[in-house]
Amino acid sequence: MHIVYPAVVSALLFSIGVYGVLARRNTILVLMSVELMLNAVNLNLVAFDVWLRDRLHAGQVLTLFVIVIAAAEVGLGLAIILALYRNRRTVDLDRLRLLAETPAPTGSTSVPGAVSPPSSGPGEGP
Amino acid sequence: MTDAPSYLSPTGQEIVFLLLGAVAVGAALLVVTTRQLVHAALWLVVTFGALAGCYLVLTAEFVAWVQVLIYVGAIVVLLLFGIMLTRAPIGRSADLDSGNRPAAALVALATAAVLVTVVVDGFRTAYAPLRAGGGSAGEIGSSVFRNWVLPFEALSVLLLAALIGAIVLSRTDIRGRG
Repeated sequence: MHIVYPAVVSALLFSIGVYGVLARRNTILVLMSVELMLNAVNLNLVAFDVWLRDRLHAGQVLTLFVIVIAAAEVGLGLAIILALYRNRRTVDLDRLRLLAETPAPTGSTSVPGAVSPPSSGPGEGP
Repeated sequence: MTDAPSYLSPTGQEIVFLLLGAVAVGAALLVVTTRQLVHAALWLVVTFGALAGCYLVLTAEFVAWVQVLIYVGAIVVLLLFGIMLTRAPIGRSADLDSGNRPAAALVALATAAVLVTVVVDGFRTAYAPLRAGGGSAGEIGSSVFRNWVLPFEALSVLLLAALIGAIVLSRTDIRGRG
């Protein structure tokens, strides 16, 4: 097996992931693109483990670790997305532009956003 | 490493790998370009399955089965749950791409050009004869529990922390102290 083949496949997958992260608007699609990039790295790790014939099997073990970390990342990312959806009623990245709370002109304490949050949202505090 | 055979006479393994790689890249392209959210998740299954086949060809059997179990079995299902829970439109929706699509395509093409050029230039002569058994469950298991025990245990603590974090983030009746 020429090592160029897996390396080129992985480079193409990584570039597709980059395109998805930059071009997609829905947050879940962005998460999927991140998964594509992680998989590209995994393919590289396995291919180079086979090439270098590592006695510790560092490449394949690291691939397993990356898969586990990807699972944890997707779980946390989806929890964050769901919390976001509860508060803003949208998961579109274009409409989530606020990094800070803008000073409310009328003294109202509502969270600024595209749509006003439901009254039981967790972001309001007691 | 050993002398590399010519590129003009590919072995059967290489042909299978290239076909699987083409399937993976094509399905990944559909993931990032399709207009339907659920279809994106399903094409992701195809990509991960083809990548598991690639791992099998590369003699990494255990990694391939873990890929099928965790990626296809768990992560895609989790993503589908996320799609359903955010009440995403099931049918065709026009606004899945943001406004910076041309810039994203430019950046992605530049990344692909640079990476493929460098990789082809750097590993043109690299050749690894495939031998079965290097990635079997026994080999990987003994490697994990002999040489990689500490990262393995740290990873289990990380998974526990991620689990608790996800529970805390998604429950609405847990408030901060402020």
